[in-house]
Amino acid sequence: MTTETYGAYGGRYVPETLIPALDELARGWAETRADPRYRRELEHLAARFIGRPSPLYETERFAPPGRRIVLKREDLNHTGAHKINNALGQILLARRLGKQRIVAETGAGQHGVATATVCARFGLECVVYMGSEDMRRQHPNVERMRLLGAEVTPVEFGTKTLKEATSEAIRDWIANVETTHYLIGSCVGPAPYPSIVRELQAVIGDEARAQMLETYSRLPDAVVACVGGGSNAIGLFAGFVDDVDVRLVGVEAAGAASLGSGRPAVLHGARSSVLADEDGQVLDAHSISAGLDYPGVGPEHAALRDSGRAEYVTATDEEALAAFRRLAETEGIIPALEPAHALARALDVDAELILVGLSGRGDKDLAEVLSH
Amino acid sequence: MAGPEAPELARAAEAGGADLIEIGFPFSDPLADGPVIRRAAEKALAAGMRTAACLENLRTIRDTVDVPLVPMTYASLLEAYGWERFASEARAAGAASLIVADLPVDVHEEIIRVQLVAPTSEDDRIGLAAERTDGWLYLVTVAGTTGARAELSPALAPLVERTRALTDKPLYAGFGISTPAQASAAAELADGVVVGSAALLAADDGPAALERFVGQLRVALA
Repeated sequence: MTTETYGAYGGRYVPETLIPALDELARGWAETRADPRYRRELEHLAARFIGRPSPLYETERFAPPGRRIVLKREDLNHTGAHKINNALGQILLARRLGKQRIVAETGAGQHGVATATVCARFGLECVVYMGSEDMRRQHPNVERMRLLGAEVTPVEFGTKTLKEATSEAIRDWIANVETTHYLIGSCVGPAPYPSIVRELQAVIGDEARAQMLETYSRLPDAVVACVGGGSNAIGLFAGFVDDVDVRLVGVEAAGAASLGSGRPAVLHGARSSVLADEDGQVLDAHSISAGLDYPGVGPEHAALRDSGRAEYVTATDEEALAAFRRLAETEGIIPALEPAHALARALDVDAELILVGLSGRGDKDLAEVLSH
Repeated sequence: MAGPEAPELARAAEAGGADLIEIGFPFSDPLADGPVIRRAAEKALAAGMRTAACLENLRTIRDTVDVPLVPMTYASLLEAYGWERFASEARAAGAASLIVADLPVDVHEEIIRVQLVAPTSEDDRIGLAAERTDGWLYLVTVAGTTGARAELSPALAPLVERTRALTDKPLYAGFGISTPAQASAAAELADGVVVGSAALLAADDGPAALERFVGQLRVALA
């Protein structure tokens, strides 16, 4: 079976044990995505369970003079972030593959909550790996996952954040591969995961493009989204990547800029741009935002960077905190710290009509923000 | 695991009766490894064991023992160092072959190495791995990571049977073999056994403890 790559990025760098499962997943996905019954079930649940389509909302007081900033409100989805789009699509796939048990990693907890939610909805066993540092700073989401019936397993070694949680989820999958589906939360990991997650998140960009045309009769000048692993950005960009006049701007956390400061390395089953030293050892990322605190990034983003189709910039913790407060105070919307990075750059990107992916809501971040 | 103690530990393993020694070149995110080898890798990295230091360490070990030495590592190290360069410098430093734990058989075919197959592997992959492997084939006894198990995996026997039908290459079984009894049972099926995590734990108590442990394995295999 051929494996997808994005330029020189992507691929499958995993122990041989996982190869049959990845082949099975690729075959199952190819059949499933082509099945109209799957499409209908997904669209039905997207509308009734998630609440799609999510609205566009143009800020009134947040945008500086001379600039219009439009938000794609993924924060209004059920569970409060874009993560549910992917979790729902993958859980329906996992059921078709006959898997009874789901493992996932989570950083900010939004993917963990989304996964726990769809597992509760379909009655599947759910194990979520989460770094103990992230469990501390995103505690409400830990309680939420447990309430939904998931087992949250702390990861106590290394950085105690998303990188190690992902490694442990993959190790669990290796050990339980016959019964278990690994419900990865971002457009990372070995093929075919990056393309599955991209396709399931593309609903963000497809909706947003149609909504822009309907409301403004034009496309935005720039589309801005935060990038950790990169799933909300790849989903939003997917709607506009063929519109060559639309700038695509990804915003990384300054201390976790895998695209801005990384080098080619292999992490979590794929070759991508990674924060790594010259010997290929993966470095620790640092961000106030648990969801961006990851030293790797989806391989398609690395290819979009190299081709020049998308540009990638950074925002600091302080800039994200300031944008977080500004959106709360000027619009009555509390964003998650992750899209607060995109909001920070939307304030100064050189464009008139700017579409920002508001990937999640900020309830989970209150304690972290108030401590700064 | 590569490090300042490795030459002395290699000598102890050889004295205890090891026929071949794997030398871990540590990686920060070793997906195929359980807690013992992961912690050993973290310790080695904290002590500065990067690729050049590991190769130098390998040279010293080569001068210390006579048995074949096989570095075991992960793709990211080769990606950073240069695939061909890593392989050729490892050979020049005394490696008999190479194991790359996260490199499936159909990726980077130019890197001649010991291939791994697992109980989940389908026959066509086992056949390909057997054809391409460097000398012997590494049979992963369990679907899982490295580290001790209470029992020898029941998946080993059917894996050996399937693999024997496809190749005459020697088969060495590893992952989850930690006791002399498990080694003995595995050796009734396979042509050799690989003991990693348990050997690292023994080595924590020094070269004499490692030599005793390897000696017990040797006796069990006699």
